[in-house]
Amino acid sequence: MSLRPLTTPWFHPPAGHEKLWLGLALLWCFVMSLMMPYWHFRGKQNSTGEAYAVKPADFLARTEQFVAANRVGTFKNPVAANAMLQELPIAEPPPGGDAYLTARMWQWWPALRLRAGETYRLHLSALDLQHGFSLQPLNMNFQVLPGYDHVLTITPTSKGEFTIVCNEFCGIGHHAMTGKIFVE
Amino acid sequence: MTTAPSSHSLAAPGVPGRVCGTTGLGVCLDAQRFIKLNAVVGIVFLLLGGIAALLLALTRWQTVHLLPADWFYRILTFHGINMLILWILFFEVAILYFACTTPLNARLFSRKVAWVSFGMMLTGGVMVDYIILAGQADVMMTSYLPLLAHPLFYLGIILVAVGTLIGVFNFFATLYVAKRDRAYTGSVPIVTFGATAAAIIAVVTLLHGAIVMIPTFTYAMGWTPQPDPAWYRLIWWGLGHQSQQVNVCAMVSVWYLLSHVILGARPVNEAVCRTAFVLYILFINLASAHHLLVDPGVGATWKIWNTSYAMYLAVLASMIHGFTVPAGIEIAMREKGYVRGVFGWVTALPWKNPALSATVLSVVIFGFLGGITGVTLGTQQINIIAHNTLRIPGHFHVTVVGGTSLAFMGLAYYVIPLIFQRDFIFRGLARVQPWLFGLGITLLSFGMSFAGSMGVSRRSWDIDAQGIYGPAAHLWLGVLGIGGVLAFLGLLTFVLLCVGTLFFGKKIGAGAAMSDWGTPPALAGSSAGSLAHDHYATKGTIVLTLIFLACFAVYYFANWKALADVWPVR
Repeated sequence: MSLRPLTTPWFHPPAGHEKLWLGLALLWCFVMSLMMPYWHFRGKQNSTGEAYAVKPADFLARTEQFVAANRVGTFKNPVAANAMLQELPIAEPPPGGDAYLTARMWQWWPALRLRAGETYRLHLSALDLQHGFSLQPLNMNFQVLPGYDHVLTITPTSKGEFTIVCNEFCGIGHHAMTGKIFVE
Repeated sequence: MTTAPSSHSLAAPGVPGRVCGTTGLGVCLDAQRFIKLNAVVGIVFLLLGGIAALLLALTRWQTVHLLPADWFYRILTFHGINMLILWILFFEVAILYFACTTPLNARLFSRKVAWVSFGMMLTGGVMVDYIILAGQADVMMTSYLPLLAHPLFYLGIILVAVGTLIGVFNFFATLYVAKRDRAYTGSVPIVTFGATAAAIIAVVTLLHGAIVMIPTFTYAMGWTPQPDPAWYRLIWWGLGHQSQQVNVCAMVSVWYLLSHVILGARPVNEAVCRTAFVLYILFINLASAHHLLVDPGVGATWKIWNTSYAMYLAVLASMIHGFTVPAGIEIAMREKGYVRGVFGWVTALPWKNPALSATVLSVVIFGFLGGITGVTLGTQQINIIAHNTLRIPGHFHVTVVGGTSLAFMGLAYYVIPLIFQRDFIFRGLARVQPWLFGLGITLLSFGMSFAGSMGVSRRSWDIDAQGIYGPAAHLWLGVLGIGGVLAFLGLLTFVLLCVGTLFFGKKIGAGAAMSDWGTPPALAGSSAGSLAHDHYATKGTIVLTLIFLACFAVYYFANWKALADVWPVR
């Protein structure tokens, strides 16, 4: 009875179909548990959460320094949240080097130019609120927090123009917070 | 040892109680009053959240794009709070009050405590809704710092949480006194056991809520410095994710309850079902990590261990219930004589009974859609291609809405006749309602999930502003919109049926039985309990669960393949 107290002994080991299902379900749980460590060592896409404490003002200063040293052009963002946010410097980090990307209401600053097949250390942080780094059309997503320098060691393997969309709610201009990565 | 009933037993003289004319079980009149109050207020919040849902669906349906940006985010905050917190918590308190009284033949521990709980929850709920609609809390349900809302927003949530904790205390006190005074003998039934698991998780959940909301409230008042945003995320999800596991426990208990009430089903193996509930209690806490899988500052080892809830033991628990609930139904049907073939018992189910269809749809939608997507999206690395896209709400709308809310709706088709003692009006409409709601929410989820796979983010007012989404993404947002409208119609039908019945439903007199929604009669020559020792009688269920496992594996590995196609990243 599911609605009255049980007065007869109710402990029985599982048997028959139930035992079979328990075994299969447990096996499947082990498979899923092992997939993650396996992918961590053998797979190429992992989120290791490498991060360092950083004050927002310091992170902005590092980004400005990075842009000053590596600027290769200017990009007019046609879908910027407003006219003031339209102009983005394009910076190209050296292969194997560090790239800085600042998230703020409502823009990803600067635009980046990367080389396919090269590996970069991409530093992400926010100046004001939490933001979401969503690289489209690849659909790769990472969280960006103020106070945290989130480092992605990333290797672009496809060429073209990629758009960064913000996918963490950050106020009224959130939907129009975009950025660019060009891969050549 | 005395045999006289204690003062906490419904059988004691002078205890306000009645005997149910349908089930023959005792009903505590105090518990009945608070079941009514909490259920009615819950359904009012469900309607508010539902109206918000319609507005949101009609905004994300890009062709319609109804609301302006500020109202979209305001209504989105309102929708999350009303649905995930207010509707669910009020209804769950009602379920707790039922589960600790009638099945144990016990009376509710304290009327005063129940009033305090109800009063605090209602005050908090009204406070939060008011401050959101006043435009002072456009922060989403998660209110991630440094986003900041009006202090009343946090205070309201704290009041709701503490009020719920007081209700949970009343539940535990009732259990304790019933046991101490021997209101019943033996072990508590599975429904009470499941509700107890839900209550235990609720306590842990609400303590997380207090830990995160109190310093955020004092920060909003300007009294203390800002808490760290990463710390906030970690603790908040100890509230946010675990509270959904309260829903899972309550929902599974409702599955056991309704399959028993409608069909006479019982767990195939009580020990296994109870162990599964214990697994929820032990391991669900870790799932808070599912929201931090692409976060900075938490390492891969931490992410992987917590993602797996210690080797997926909480997932194992759901897979156990996913077997034992249909297995119990199959055994009950076969014992009634519906033995034809592997699935003859399925076709013979009383599909016109809205509580039955709601239960079956809830099991199927929760398992096949919600469970599979949830485990897959919550896999540490796969989360890279899912985090904060529409795939996430695509997942939780088929767990919390298609699973929990639909099961609770099914329960209402019995709660209202049995507790409010009124028969439903428009019974034909009631028979259609779970199908309409289930279909709507399934379409909504498909729309969200496919749009999310194309990179469309959640919580975004306008995808055209980003200039990169093509006709396919727009098509799936249209499916989301149509599903949302259908689900809203299903919800509205439910609310109107319930409210209409409370006012105009035919009264069921004392000792009289409710009108039968449809229960399968036992066929000639069948005998109850005949399959109690046949461990291979659940042929249909084992086939269904094997199909489920195959679907799970295909979806799971397809997502690893999709992940392997994106840029290498560490």
